[in-house]
Amino acid sequence: MRNRGWFPVGLVAALTVVLCFLTLPIVAIFVDTGPLDLLSSLGEDGALEALRLSLTCSAIAVGLIVLAGTPAAYLLATRRFRGRAALVTLVELPLVLPPAVAGIGLLAALGPNGVLGGVVEDAGIELVLTTAGVILALTFVAAPFYLRQAQSAFEALDRTWLEASRTLGATEARTFLRVAIPTAGPGLISGLALAWGRALGEFGATLMFAGSFRGVTQTAPLAIYERFSTDFTGALALSAVLVAVSAALLLSVKLLSGSAWLGGAAG
Amino acid sequence: MLGMLLCAALPMGAGCGGDGGGDGAPPGGPGSSKPKLTVSAAASLKQAFTAYGKEFASARFSFAGSDELAAQISQGVKPDVFAAANTKLPEELFKKGLVEKPTVFAGNRLVLAVPADDAKVGSLADVERPGVTLAVGSKSVPVGSYTRTVLDKLPAAQSKAILANVRSEEPDVAGIVGKLSQGAVDAGFVYVSDVRGSDGKLKAAELPEALQPSVAYGVAVVKGAKQPRQAQAFIDGLLSGAGRRALENAGFEPPPSE
Repeated sequence: MRNRGWFPVGLVAALTVVLCFLTLPIVAIFVDTGPLDLLSSLGEDGALEALRLSLTCSAIAVGLIVLAGTPAAYLLATRRFRGRAALVTLVELPLVLPPAVAGIGLLAALGPNGVLGGVVEDAGIELVLTTAGVILALTFVAAPFYLRQAQSAFEALDRTWLEASRTLGATEARTFLRVAIPTAGPGLISGLALAWGRALGEFGATLMFAGSFRGVTQTAPLAIYERFSTDFTGALALSAVLVAVSAALLLSVKLLSGSAWLGGAAG
Repeated sequence: MLGMLLCAALPMGAGCGGDGGGDGAPPGGPGSSKPKLTVSAAASLKQAFTAYGKEFASARFSFAGSDELAAQISQGVKPDVFAAANTKLPEELFKKGLVEKPTVFAGNRLVLAVPADDAKVGSLADVERPGVTLAVGSKSVPVGSYTRTVLDKLPAAQSKAILANVRSEEPDVAGIVGKLSQGAVDAGFVYVSDVRGSDGKLKAAELPEALQPSVAYGVAVVKGAKQPRQAQAFIDGLLSGAGRRALENAGFEPPPSE
């Protein structure tokens, strides 16, 4: 009985270390900026613009990811076929790519001198150094976060439910829309939150592929980087806002998934 | 550059490694046998300093926009040497008591660079045409501020037309060179040494002499440097010696005052 004591203490100690390490930089951002600094820095030109651009681009990126990613993840989760494991790995690869590699890769693929650069140009699409390029970069880096989560949410579904729905005469499409998606809802939503958070924080791939221009491609992280050299307080304040926005997003998504799908399969 | 991002993410100015093997903070800790000289240097100095660094077996570099490096030093990061693409940033740090008296060690020239193989732009006059795309340095990085000095000397309408063609404001000169060599923009304002170092990917259109800003590089030993003697030796070598030769080979000019 006696040595039951030290293990829980060790666990608590480990959690304390982890918490301190992870929260210290975030706490420091808020300690260093008073609420007044925060508000006044938002009034400076460019700050709100960068924030708005970040929110718009990341929302569009997440929309695209959910639209294409949900059926793709469903297929990967419900079918067994040769090469599936390789496919899953390929899809998850951008998850471990450094953002700089993602940026270089996008340039090599879709840049003016890239593999498909000519095709893109002939189609009259401008990606490099445009807002569309920002959305593309965000989509690329954030998609695997959603796909991975969605796939495991679909895999966790009780097969008998899906089969029951089919036995009752529903088509597979209807089963997907009316049974699989609602039941896997919490998992899908937590994937969405992760992907959105990743997209909001994206820096390297955006800078390399889309560049940095106020109001067009300069998202909040790029604006923070630009301010760092001239206006540390301003950079801190904008960081604080970005932290608050990301936290609010994460929280509301969690609340939403908790209430809307109460009683559904756990995510 | 991504190492810089990490630095930006750590608000207390904690040191962190640059991706070029450089390090913003004093290296070492127990067990590092030979103390290393750490040098924070302007991105445009990368090739010259890397070549010179071979003489200094123990030198480690962190290359980024001079303004970002100066901001790190203001936040308490202590490399041994700070070399900037202007004299303003080291002078400012000197006034704040963060570095020793700076020395001017090199000059450079601002040029209009275009991709060598597919040049839509031949001279400054072409850059104001609608549809031409341009990358410049952000206002705070020296290359961006020199660029604005040049544009300010032009008639207002011309400088406005040129600024309207800017598609990206890069945090350092390496970003401009990258956008140019990828063909993402038609032209960019960089240093002549960047064109020299581009392996023929870029070619330079010279700016009229009347527009040319005075580009002077300043270097200083950082106060509280771990290796002050090595740092001074590094700077001495830049003024006469291996460093000077490396700078000349890379296309730098003597300091403008000479």
